[in-house]
Amino acid sequence: MKNVTDRRQFLTMLGTSLGIGVLYTAMPAAAASGETSEFFNFLGEANGERPRPFSFVQLSDAHVGFNGPPDPLGTKAFEHAVELINALPQSPDLVLFTGDLTHDTEDKDVHAQRMKQFLEISKRMKVGKVKYVPGEHDAGLDGGALYREFMGESYYSFDHAGVHFIALDNVSRAKPEVGPDQLAWLKKDLARFPKTAPIVVFTHRPLFDLKPEWEWFTSDGDDVMNLLAPYQNVTVLYGHIHREHDHTEGNARHLASRSLIFAFPDPEQAQDKKPLPFDKDHPFRNLGGRLIKEVEGHASVSSFPIDQVQLSLREFHEINGVQQIMKPIHL
Amino acid sequence: MKNKLKTIRPIHLATAVIALVLAVSTPRSVRADESVKTIDITAKRFEFSPNQITLKKGETVKLRLTTADVTHGLFQRAFKIDEVIEPGKTTEVTITPQTAGTFTTICDHFCGVNHGSMKMTFVVTE
Repeated sequence: MKNVTDRRQFLTMLGTSLGIGVLYTAMPAAAASGETSEFFNFLGEANGERPRPFSFVQLSDAHVGFNGPPDPLGTKAFEHAVELINALPQSPDLVLFTGDLTHDTEDKDVHAQRMKQFLEISKRMKVGKVKYVPGEHDAGLDGGALYREFMGESYYSFDHAGVHFIALDNVSRAKPEVGPDQLAWLKKDLARFPKTAPIVVFTHRPLFDLKPEWEWFTSDGDDVMNLLAPYQNVTVLYGHIHREHDHTEGNARHLASRSLIFAFPDPEQAQDKKPLPFDKDHPFRNLGGRLIKEVEGHASVSSFPIDQVQLSLREFHEINGVQQIMKPIHL
Repeated sequence: MKNKLKTIRPIHLATAVIALVLAVSTPRSVRADESVKTIDITAKRFEFSPNQITLKKGETVKLRLTTADVTHGLFQRAFKIDEVIEPGKTTEVTITPQTAGTFTTICDHFCGVNHGSMKMTFVVTE
């Protein structure tokens, strides 16, 4: 059997910046190359479903209902993201929204209006599926009751193209935690899958101690990651921190998306968690995704017809994001 | 006058004996509690009062937590504080700081729109 482990381009995450949000393409080279079938057949036999290439987007923290300060954009960044997604040459299969869909208010009627407005904008996206998890602004005050009324269950799982997606709720208990019931559910859910199964967890708060004094943590995050520890291919997507972040620990890579409302500063450099100032000349600065691109072992930048967007580009060499999702195995 | 003195002295003696017996037989933990410094902290949207306390490294302190409005939390990883403060209840937590420094302690029970800025400072001196 061919050894595919040195064919790094075979399993690359071809992420493309929308300016806002993050686009992930799983296994793009597989779409172009006919030499992948052996490996995918192996995974299909091991995992029960033969994976196929697909792309998906992560959006986060629209905070519908928030109008500043500092950011007076309201829903403009969210609406711009929807336009960009609809303009992609190939429509992504899936959009994951990692929480704080709305900004909180104690007035239930006002909050319900914000949920409706969020859904109205979200439904403009011409994609296969859109999946959501709540943020503390959606569910922290009422245990998630209003969120579930509009969005359905706050934690669940589903499968897509050979990847197992797990939505976790670490906000509805008001404290940053998943809680014992959800941990028990997660254990049962994972038990259905072999250790080679590619798993993507999406949730709102980080599942590790990113900055506890800014409430950037989940108190039982270690319990969650311990349940995921036996699985070789885990990617965690989250929001909450309103900035990008990339952290690998053990078998899991944790990726945060920027927000669609305002940015927070770098926790390594700033003393206070204060939103970054709004620049009316560059209204989308610090919002949205990042460019992750790796083509045959070196970084390159793809061009998209994006205007009025300031991108903070970080070029990665040898991104192994999808290798986290679909780790090459010696055959 | 002589009779009054005769009446008082036995009572005083009995009281002194009882006090001596109690002092000897009272469990060490009760005596230790009485000497532990206690600090009252009140949570209210969106601040703690006081919003800064000064502790001494190695000195045990009891924090008595109450809320003036809704449920809040008190969280500080370094001191292993992870408490819920509910209306109508007093939550007590005892800590003995092992490290000097300045520690940000937050409300980690979502309490409303400015929850993210609700914090206080623990200053621990040598």
